[in-house]
Amino acid sequence: MHKYVIKRLLSLIPVLFIVSIVIFMLIHLVPGDPAAMMLGEQATPAQIEALRETLGLNEPLVLQYIHWVRDIFRGDLGTSLFMDGTMLEIISTHMVPTLQQTVVAILFATLVGVPLGMLAAIKRGRAADQLISTFSIIGVSMPSFLMGLGLVLLFSVKLGWLPSSGYKEISAYGWWTHIRYMILPGIALGFIELGLIIRMTRSSMLEIMGSDYMRMAKAKGVSRFRLFAKHAMKNALVGIVTVVGLAFISCLGGAAVTETIFNIPGIGKLTLNSVMRRDYEVVQAVVLVVSLLNVLCTLVLDLIYGLIDPRVRLT
Amino acid sequence: METDVKVFNFQKRELNEVKHRLQREQRQLNIRRFFQSRQAVVGAFLVLLMAAVAILAPVIAPADPLAQTVSNRLAKPGAEHLLGADKLGRDLLSRIIYGARVSMLVGMSVGLSSMILGMIIGLYACYYKVLDNVLMRICDGLSAIPSTLLAIALMAVLGQSTFNVILALSIVYVPRMARVARSAALVVMEQTYIEALRSQGASSFRIIWGHIAPNILSAVVVQASYNFANSIITEAALSFLGVGVPAPQPSWGNILSEGREVINTAWWMIVYPGLATALAVMGTNIFGDGLRDILDPHTN
Repeated sequence: MHKYVIKRLLSLIPVLFIVSIVIFMLIHLVPGDPAAMMLGEQATPAQIEALRETLGLNEPLVLQYIHWVRDIFRGDLGTSLFMDGTMLEIISTHMVPTLQQTVVAILFATLVGVPLGMLAAIKRGRAADQLISTFSIIGVSMPSFLMGLGLVLLFSVKLGWLPSSGYKEISAYGWWTHIRYMILPGIALGFIELGLIIRMTRSSMLEIMGSDYMRMAKAKGVSRFRLFAKHAMKNALVGIVTVVGLAFISCLGGAAVTETIFNIPGIGKLTLNSVMRRDYEVVQAVVLVVSLLNVLCTLVLDLIYGLIDPRVRLT
Repeated sequence: METDVKVFNFQKRELNEVKHRLQREQRQLNIRRFFQSRQAVVGAFLVLLMAAVAILAPVIAPADPLAQTVSNRLAKPGAEHLLGADKLGRDLLSRIIYGARVSMLVGMSVGLSSMILGMIIGLYACYYKVLDNVLMRICDGLSAIPSTLLAIALMAVLGQSTFNVILALSIVYVPRMARVARSAALVVMEQTYIEALRSQGASSFRIIWGHIAPNILSAVVVQASYNFANSIITEAALSFLGVGVPAPQPSWGNILSEGREVINTAWWMIVYPGLATALAVMGTNIFGDGLRDILDPHTN
């Protein structure tokens, strides 16, 4: 296991190197002078020159990259033109709502998706299976902005059951209000993942139910409930853990849309606001942090894999 | 000696005939499978419908999508505006019809460009081991950045325009295609006939484009259809977020974004463009699934 962990950790280095180069190059893709673009039309040449100096744009490209990476290792991800505080503070305060929303999305997708997927597998080929499978196709095809707008239209505008937008901190408003405001964004964000989780659960359950040891257990007279709950569930878990893990990652990256619809001050909203204000260093820092989280999540996922399924470690 | 050559030529001709017959049968089989698969037919119908709407937009749109009539601001669906009007009094149906153009253009361009570039990268990575490490690490790195975020960041620095949407989305989707092309090509590379070609001294260009490329085409086409669907979604998402196709040019995403501002009063601004997007995405997705079932039976 140790060898496996070390091997996986080492394989991260080239990936992170490429990620850092891509993100570093972003600011250089700006047509014209990035400093002039950031400051807008009213900026004086002196101001532009000063910003070029702080951004280090006057140095040679390679040196700029080296300094940028060095600063990252020191915990300095750059400074925002518009917001106070260090970049890490800015990102972590915006990360909280995004994570809360992601947790709701994953809980929704898993708690609804896994039972539905299992039901579809058990009732294979029958009406229930067809209904669930169609539902999952619709789920996978439904972009989160459509789902979000549809939910608002139905549950807020038409029925008036849930608030249409906003974010309420737990500390100031309590759990109940917080969750009421999180339900719609969570469902909108988790809906695509719901479709994927249903699909994955169904297919891995089917695969396992057709395996020899399941037939053996059945022949031994194991009860239907034990058969599914113990023997099949445990092995289907590997596949399900993967989808849930991947769902977590894609929610983190895709939250920009739901955060815009529901006005949640999360990481996606921060990115978009910074894009509009041409606060490029914030954009770079956010992309860097989220990509890093992505890579680490994938790593943790692979390690969990190794724990659940001993066969993985050997390869 | 002369008879040997004759026999050889005869065998060659016969082999060619058999080959052509097999190819023809495979094609017919594919076509039959296609029409037997309800999914593929429904998907193809939706895609073709969307393409037709996009091409015929100037003919079928009842009004100019940019013409503003202030007196018709947020007019309800009715005789004058079949699907209603937006907050500037522009005809919603016409805007949705012209929006199909943007979606189709983006979907097609990204699908094609990612297919061509992805194939080139995947094939050469597979053929030359030195390139493999470099190219695949670059692809890993690019795919490590969540796709929506990368697209937003690229649009932020490139600036808003339809062309830049296509450029940004191609950068996002090429790595996935390269992976698919490479893994399909690796299987082909193992085949004996590639070894035979090499021993005959065939040039690398001929092996790669003449013999490997045609055999990975089905996997690549299936992935391209998914890229097509995904880029339609991402374009709509980017335009919805205000970093995609710039106003006043209509795109389903920016129509929905305008609809969001009036969601309390004008439901039609959400429902109709939403329906168009959902149908388009569902159509291309099930078309892709159908294609996969036909062309790539192993993955099923």
